Amino acid sequence: MATLTIKRLPPEDECPDLSQHHNHMAKVLTPDMYKELSERCTPNGFTLDKVIQTGVDNPGHPFIMTVGCVAGDEETYEVFKELLDPIIQDRHGGYKPTDKHKTDLNPNNLKGGDDLDPNYVLSSRVRTGRSIRGFCLPPHCSRGERRAIEKLSVEALGALDGDLKGKYYALKNMTDAEQQQLIDDHFLFDKPVSPLLLASGMARDWPDARGIWHNDNKTFLVWVNEEDHLRVISMQKGGNMREVFTRFCTGLTKIEELFKNKGHAFMWNEHLGYVLTCPSNLGTGLRGGVHVKLPNLSKHAKFEEVLKRLRLQKRGTGGVDTAAVGGVFDISNADRLGFSEVELVQMVVDGVKLLIEMEKRLEKGQSIDDLIPAQK
Amino acid sequence: MAKNCHNDYKMKFSLEEEYPDLSQHNNHMAKVLSKDVYSKLRSKSTPSGFTLDDCIQTGVDNPGHPFIMTVGCVAGDEESYEVFKELFDPVISDRHGGYKPTDKHKTDLNWENLKGGDDLDPNYVLSSRVRTGRSIKGFTLPPHNSRGERRAVEKLSIEALSSLDGEFKGKYYPLKDMTDKEQEQLIADHFLFDKPVSPLLLAAGMARDWPDARGIWHNDNKTFLVWVNEEDHLRVISMQKGGNMKEVFKRFCVGLQKIEDVFKKHNHGFMWNEHLGFILTCPSNLGTGLRGGVHVKLPKLSTHPKFEEILTRLRLQKRGTGGVDTASVGGVFDISNADRLGSSEVQQVQLVVDGVKLMVEMEKKLEKNESIDGMIPAQK
Repeated sequence: MATLTIKRLPPEDECPDLSQHHNHMAKVLTPDMYKELSERCTPNGFTLDKVIQTGVDNPGHPFIMTVGCVAGDEETYEVFKELLDPIIQDRHGGYKPTDKHKTDLNPNNLKGGDDLDPNYVLSSRVRTGRSIRGFCLPPHCSRGERRAIEKLSVEALGALDGDLKGKYYALKNMTDAEQQQLIDDHFLFDKPVSPLLLASGMARDWPDARGIWHNDNKTFLVWVNEEDHLRVISMQKGGNMREVFTRFCTGLTKIEELFKNKGHAFMWNEHLGYVLTCPSNLGTGLRGGVHVKLPNLSKHAKFEEVLKRLRLQKRGTGGVDTAAVGGVFDISNADRLGFSEVELVQMVVDGVKLLIEMEKRLEKGQSIDDLIPAQK
Repeated sequence: MAKNCHNDYKMKFSLEEEYPDLSQHNNHMAKVLSKDVYSKLRSKSTPSGFTLDDCIQTGVDNPGHPFIMTVGCVAGDEESYEVFKELFDPVISDRHGGYKPTDKHKTDLNWENLKGGDDLDPNYVLSSRVRTGRSIKGFTLPPHNSRGERRAVEKLSIEALSSLDGEFKGKYYPLKDMTDKEQEQLIADHFLFDKPVSPLLLAAGMARDWPDARGIWHNDNKTFLVWVNEEDHLRVISMQKGGNMKEVFKRFCVGLQKIEDVFKKHNHGFMWNEHLGFILTCPSNLGTGLRGGVHVKLPKLSTHPKFEEILTRLRLQKRGTGGVDTASVGGVFDISNADRLGSSEVQQVQLVVDGVKLMVEMEKKLEKNESIDGMIPAQK
């Protein structure tokens, strides 16, 4: 057990008041559990209080279940198993501590996906996160660690070629012109304002060692040191999800190899898959989706039910917690853990295909009752 | 030396790799924190585990403004000021008019030593107020304290405050359990404080676990108010309408003494030493932690070209009537002492009393279109 001197009173006096709280952490953390886990810390000094601070500071909302805790390093998921396992189970559809997660980044295993109707599907996108083993995660990392991650990332990305060849823009040194272009391309990320992220310490030392890399074609984008060490995004206009996913897998595999050549692997294990800051992103960390026009279907009484059965979720076109504009929705996979990347993107491809069929029926005033799918 | 495994882990990175980029920064910490100082202090922790990076985080995250020099660092416990002396001493010297590491600070809370102050013209002086902060020895400070410590501070505070009687008899309102009605009343009385929104405070970690163990106590007369666990363990405020600063200051001193006695009984006196006076979270509040002031109507004087110069010479500062970083409304200004460290409470309130008296006289002269040139004071 690592030595960490922090002043604490007995656990009964330290246990947070979660009576007004409504998030996954608050559902799981009992006073007894607090007592047991507050004795521990990870080898890097991440404590229980730090794991849960964001959930204590942000009581949550009865309609939206936030996770309410974060990992400060890879070891967090092990040292604080008793807290995180039930949260993972609750968040990821009953995923058990003994379950194994399958990683499949072979785009050849995806069936179809190259022909989603572009009259409806405006754009396609796949994103994930990656953590570099040996470094603490954004809630806990030091400036030195963050800069090391940036340096490694810039080197790895600098070695990409062909259609992946690109350039890195450090947030700190951006010119006004570069900044404007990145905003116009919808690539720029800014200092987090969400109290969920701020309370966990992820915005410390902003904008030091944060940056954006993208290829010349603007179809492959990497965020460095935002909410995770790396966020990797493949995107393009239209409905060719297959192409987007192929580029995604190819790019990720190349980056992983480049990191490995420098002696740095991605954090991964056979139970949790890819290890990321937020427990909600474990497994694949993958959100694959489209912006699709569904003005009729979205008003149908069974819309929510259909999405649920297809294991999909809807968001507005501004991303999480935004509203749909002009009947255009962001439709993506709901799952992250317990399914492989190929399986999740397959669900998006097949599901969106069906949703468009339904939309076309409704346009013609026809029923969609026979199209309602079974629960996937 | 306390052990802090994450701080030890950071030592694997070189000075260059960990040293913050302060090239765009303009605050006291950035002026002082050279690579040399960072190098000396980076391996240290206070006994409660507060590190250099913890002290400076707020200043790193908030680069500051060319016109307003923020402090850019905080203490996490009493020992911070000692363990990180090489950082805090120069910051203190810069912020507190050249105060040296060898200087001694004088505490004087004997209200009888104040001369006059009971007759500021109420046609001009709308209200009078004195505030300070206090830290309870044996507990870490708001940037670093745990829920258990904060709750213990609250418990001790409630005990101390409930023992007050006479004009001090009052009631405690914990933020957590406030009824809507109580909340509205506290807002109407201008007593309520809310979760900090200033990025300076948030970055220092002072809003953690809000609103747990935070609350407001005030006496029935609404002239003596205590904030528990906001930016400091305690903020103590004495106030009333009109210009009787002497009465305000008397209540302030008497109330503070009574509260201190109860804390001392529990072996938790106030943090104080003969060099820094009262120890508070922000280095700008060391010494007396006292801001004594009035809301005063100075529509003519405030537009006079020598207004700023007069304030500087009187060792006073102006603020808008909403407090720090607000604008004045209707020619009414908040005028208070500029100093905190190196002069006593009595001396600082004396400066306010004498200075405001002079400024009201100047205002009256300007009303009659007379010159005030003969009244410009020497530098105090």
